[in-house]
Amino acid sequence: MHNLTIAELVAGLRSKTFTSVELTQHFLARIANLNADYNAVITVTAEQALAAAAAADKRLAAGNAPALCGVPMLHKDIFCTNGVRTSCGSKMLDNFVPPYDATVVENFARDGAVILGKTNMDEFAMGSSNETSYYGPVKNPWALDCVPGGSSGGSAAAVAARLAPGATATDTGGSIRQPAALCGISGIKPTYGRVSRWGMIAFASSLDQGGPMARTAEDCAIMLSCMASYDEKDSTSVDQPVPDYSSTLNRPIKGLKIGVPKEYFSEGLHPGTEAAVRQALADLVAQGAELVDISLPNSALSVPAYYVIAPAEASANLSRFDGVRYGYRCDEPKDLQDMYCRTRGEGFGEEVQRRILIGTYCLSAGYYDAYYGKAQQVRQLIQQDFTRAFAQVDVIMGPTCPSPAFKFGSKGDDPVAMYLEDIYTIATNLAGLPGMSIPCGMVEDKPVGLQIIGNYFDEALMLNVAHQFQQATDWHNLAPASIQQGAAQ
Amino acid sequence: MGIERSEIEKLATLSRIAIDEGTISDVARRLDSVLQLVDQLQAADTTGIDTMAHPMQAIQRLRDDRVSELNQRDALQAIAPAVEDGLFLVPKVIE
Repeated sequence: MHNLTIAELVAGLRSKTFTSVELTQHFLARIANLNADYNAVITVTAEQALAAAAAADKRLAAGNAPALCGVPMLHKDIFCTNGVRTSCGSKMLDNFVPPYDATVVENFARDGAVILGKTNMDEFAMGSSNETSYYGPVKNPWALDCVPGGSSGGSAAAVAARLAPGATATDTGGSIRQPAALCGISGIKPTYGRVSRWGMIAFASSLDQGGPMARTAEDCAIMLSCMASYDEKDSTSVDQPVPDYSSTLNRPIKGLKIGVPKEYFSEGLHPGTEAAVRQALADLVAQGAELVDISLPNSALSVPAYYVIAPAEASANLSRFDGVRYGYRCDEPKDLQDMYCRTRGEGFGEEVQRRILIGTYCLSAGYYDAYYGKAQQVRQLIQQDFTRAFAQVDVIMGPTCPSPAFKFGSKGDDPVAMYLEDIYTIATNLAGLPGMSIPCGMVEDKPVGLQIIGNYFDEALMLNVAHQFQQATDWHNLAPASIQQGAAQ
Repeated sequence: MGIERSEIEKLATLSRIAIDEGTISDVARRLDSVLQLVDQLQAADTTGIDTMAHPMQAIQRLRDDRVSELNQRDALQAIAPAVEDGLFLVPKVIE
C-alpha cells in the first residue's frame, strides 16, 4: 500500500479495496519500524490518526467523503496543531502545545486527511541540511550518511521512505525544493500569498510560503488544491479563486516555451547534476517544448540579499520568544533581563542565534540603509529580471541545487558554505514566484532535482508540465533500497 | 573588516541573547564570514531603484471593527511558564 500514490489511495479507498483504518495502521507500522533509521518523524499521533481513520471510513461508506478522505499525511512541525506539540525543531518550543490549528491543518482536516504525526525540520526552518534540529538530523533514505536537505528534510525523507504518501512543508529560501531534490520526490512552493501562513510559525514573513511534498506532480496537485485558500486571518493571503490543479494536468505541452537561464549553469554546478538537468530539458523538447536561452543577470546577488532580508525579518519575528507566555524559560532568572537573555541563549540553537544577530546588525542605526535598504533595492532588481524573462517564456527551468545530497558535517565550520546550497532557489522567494522540484536523474546513486519556476499564480501550468514529464519518465518511481529493511509488509 | 568583540556584546544585548564568553571569538568569526557575503551587495548599481519590501507590494487590509475572536485566556495561560490569578508572572521588575 505504501507504494501507491495519493491519487491511487483515494481511488482505492473509494472502491473499498482497503479501508482508511487499514491504511493508517499500515503507515503507523512503517513509522514504528523504520523511523529510527531516518529520524524523519518526531511526533506520532497514532490514537488521533486511528480515530480520524475510523471516522473517514464511515464517511466513505456513507458516500459523502471529501477529497482526501481517509488518506494518511504528515505535517511539518512548523504548523500549529491543536493539542499536539509543535516544536518548530527547537528546544524553545519543545514543550509548546498550541491551543489552535493552523489554517493549513484545518484545510486538511476539512478534506478528511488523516494526520499520522509531525515531521522533523531545521530549527525554525533555518538550515539546508536538517542538522540544526534540536531533535537531531534527519537521514537521507537514499544514503544514510547524507543529509536530506532542509529545512523540510523530515517531510522529504518521510515521503521518500514511504512513511506517508504526502507531507506539508514550507519554503523561505528553498526549504521545499532543495530537500525534495535531495530525497528524489516532488514538491512545490506556491506563489507568495497562495497558502495561508496563519498558524505557521514565522521565520521571514515576506518570504515564507507553505506547500505540499509528495512523490508525483499529480499528488502535489491534489494536495495543493486542498492546502491553498484565501484566509482573512493572514493579511498577506491573496483573494483569488483556487483552481482545481488536477483538472489541467493532462494538457499537452507542445509549444511550451522553457527559459533556460545561463546563470543557473555556471561554475559550482556538479557536472552530473548538469547532465541530468540537460537530459530532462531534452526530454521535454521531445514532447514539443521549446528551449529559450535567457539571462537573470542579478542571480548572484540573491544569496547576499536574502541573508540581509531573511535574518532582518527573523530577528523581529523571533523576538516573541521571551519565556513569558509559552515555550522555554530558563531556570531561576535573577531579573527580567536575565530571563530574556538566558531563555533565548539556552532555548535557541547556534544557527538561529546567528541569524538573529545578523538581522539585528543589519537593522541597527547606522547600518540600516547600507544593508537593509540596499538589499530591498536588489530584491527589486531580481524581480525585474524575472518580469523580463516571463515576457519571453512560459516557465523557467534549471537545477534545484548545485549537487546531490552531501555528507553530514561536510559543509564545515563556515555558515556561508551551507547558505550557497540555496543559490538557485532563493531568487524565487525574493520575487514571490512559485517554484517546484521534481526528480530528473541520479548521480552517484543519489537523486537530482529539476527546478521549474513559474509566473505568479501559474501553479497549474507548472504542475501540468511536471506531470507530463513524469508521464514520459520514471525517475519519480524509483525507491531507495533502505526502505525495505524491517518493513512491516 | 573584522567585527569587534564589543560589537558582538552590543548585538547580544540588543538581541537579548546570552552568549557564553568563551564562544565570542567563534561567533565573531562566523558573523564576519556572513557579513563578507552580504557586502557583495555594495557592488550592485541600484541608482533610482525603489525598495521592495513585499512581493505583491501589498497594503494592510482593513476589517470591520467588530469582535471576531473568543476569549481564550484559560487555554492560552495553560501553556505559560508561570501564571497567577490570570496574569503572566515574570521576575520582579521594580524593587
